[in-house]
Amino acid sequence: MKTVQNVANGKFSVEMEVVGSGAPLLYLHGAGGLTGMDPFLEELGRDFKVYAPHLPGFGESTGGEHIDDVLDAVLFYHQLMDELGIDSAYWVGHSMGGMLAAEAAAIDNSRVKKLVLTSAAGFWLDEHPIPDFFAAQLDELAPLLFHDTNSPIAKAFTAIPDDFKALEAMYVERVKRLAMASKFLWPIPDRGLKKRAYRIQAPTLLLWGESDKLVPPVYVGEFKKHIKNSREHLLKAAGHMPMYEQQEAFCSAVRSFLKG
Amino acid sequence: MKFTWFHLMPYRFLPDDFKEKYRSVWVDIPRNLYDPKLGHRLYNDYLDQLEFADRMGYDGLGVNEHHQNAYGMMPSPNIMAAALARRTRNANLVVLGNSIALYNPPIRVAEEFAMLDVISGGRLVAGFPVGTSMDTNFCYGEIPATLREKYYEAHDLIIKSWTEKEIFAWNGKYTKLRYVNLWPRPIQQPHPPIWIPGGGSVETYDFCADHAYQYSFLSYFGYIAGQKVADGYWEVMAKKGKEDNPYSMGFAQVVAVSETDEQAEKDYAPHMDYFYNRCLHVYNGFADAPGYRTVKTIKAGLLGQVGKQAALRREGLGWGDLVEQGYVIAGSPKTVRERLREALKSLRCGHLMLLMQIGSMPPELVRKNTDLFAREVMPYLRDLWTGYEDRWSPKRLPQAEIAMPAPVKFELEVKTNGHARHGAESAAEVRGAAK
Repeated sequence: MKTVQNVANGKFSVEMEVVGSGAPLLYLHGAGGLTGMDPFLEELGRDFKVYAPHLPGFGESTGGEHIDDVLDAVLFYHQLMDELGIDSAYWVGHSMGGMLAAEAAAIDNSRVKKLVLTSAAGFWLDEHPIPDFFAAQLDELAPLLFHDTNSPIAKAFTAIPDDFKALEAMYVERVKRLAMASKFLWPIPDRGLKKRAYRIQAPTLLLWGESDKLVPPVYVGEFKKHIKNSREHLLKAAGHMPMYEQQEAFCSAVRSFLKG
Repeated sequence: MKFTWFHLMPYRFLPDDFKEKYRSVWVDIPRNLYDPKLGHRLYNDYLDQLEFADRMGYDGLGVNEHHQNAYGMMPSPNIMAAALARRTRNANLVVLGNSIALYNPPIRVAEEFAMLDVISGGRLVAGFPVGTSMDTNFCYGEIPATLREKYYEAHDLIIKSWTEKEIFAWNGKYTKLRYVNLWPRPIQQPHPPIWIPGGGSVETYDFCADHAYQYSFLSYFGYIAGQKVADGYWEVMAKKGKEDNPYSMGFAQVVAVSETDEQAEKDYAPHMDYFYNRCLHVYNGFADAPGYRTVKTIKAGLLGQVGKQAALRREGLGWGDLVEQGYVIAGSPKTVRERLREALKSLRCGHLMLLMQIGSMPPELVRKNTDLFAREVMPYLRDLWTGYEDRWSPKRLPQAEIAMPAPVKFELEVKTNGHARHGAESAAEVRGAAK
């Protein structure tokens, strides 16, 4: 169900998907944002009450001008939880959202019951540079994001609308989202998580697509090195977007980790 | 009417198959395509050309800033302006300019511009571009979403550092300084005239109008396509009740003069091709980082200079099309006179930025273009806008107060180990090779 939540006395207006019932689960999307076709949220909603807010600057959410860096973003999520009356939740963060979820956990452990980081950004290895997806064109994006670029889901993600108005709308939306994401990820997606990740206490699942070409699985090792209570789970036939490409396996891994 | 001879300083020796083989002339162009020995010749040739323009009576000499590219080899235009300050006497130094969001702290720009103004006796025009997305976001790593905010803060700090009488503290979002106390101060008081190069961002119109800065539209699409941007500027000026003074607007135009229209094609066509197909061959992903342009500008439909859209627009254009569509104003002096007058009038432009070395043009052709224009075209256009006051050109020291550099003498007067060394010989050699 789509809701609009007023946060911090109108500083932010947050468009949010709220799905299902159960213990609260906060889902933090990546730099591409939620697509409007995110069936994995429904699937997770069978066991949890899923809150998937659009970060300000994404979708209909406003107030992006009040968020300049990682700390601002983390405090935004904490404020949102306060106003939803949630003390502590399961956090699932994808890519940029994984980076922000890890930062949030490092800043305040008490708000995180368990943490799932999937295809998460936040570290940088000189030997394994993360490709510059900001500069990538649509046709170059598919191989970075998907295991199988010919799958219907990969095609749907990178389709170019014929209609000029639709194309312009898509372009403007993309610019808005990535401009916001650039505050955490440009030009190198590392804002110092490596200094702070030692603080993360919550049991952490590192859930990665085996053929993630954007943040390759070698980065799982970095997260493991810094987060003591963490374990990994690699998904077969999945790239950077496992919740779309291998929805069932993704959701079942999340479910058994959070409920286990 | 005022004329600035504007140099981009391109690398002239990209391979013929450059466009097929490499994705971009900017940002990730392979370093091994640059030969520093050729670079040495090019810088010296290019400075010669600007110095020649000074002697031919052009009002300004233009230089600008770009990074990691073969399109324009001036990461620091201030170095070029410094060289020109000592070797020219007449023309203004139009540094168009320094991308002020890139400098930390930005008062470095205020200091260097003040130095140039003092060295040159008050001949400086201070340009503050935002900078292209390639330069600022991709080469210098600036976050696209906050680039403009940082630019405006840098601007406010620089202006205050030039105008404030007392030492002050600056508590900005991007720069914090306990003591701002600019030494040296510029000769021109309160500060040199400020020109803002724009590529068609709608915010820049307002910025110029509000501060009474000159708006310089640097376009390579020529005056016909540029009309839309000029109209946009004058509309904003009118709406804000500002004077429609043509000197408050600059426009860049490729101009190529020859004996006849036919000869112009023979002389210049291959070099235009080099410019449009190699110098502007920019990978679309670098043209416009997300957040570099505002949504307002995107929706205004103002096309970028580089990238896919721009390339498509130029696709398959031959010499005839380039001339016809106004990308280049070329031909006999008579043709150029007529078309330029029409262009300047319809744009309402009082400061023309002349691109007279373009692409692969060799020194002798640049000299011919510069010479013919100065003798056969410029004098016939001087009468334009005579009723208006040009408040955007520098106000230099009176002639009597201008310091004269000592005459240049290349021979060393000091003997080393009993042997006289003759610098002139090797310098002449290099010059000879370059000709």
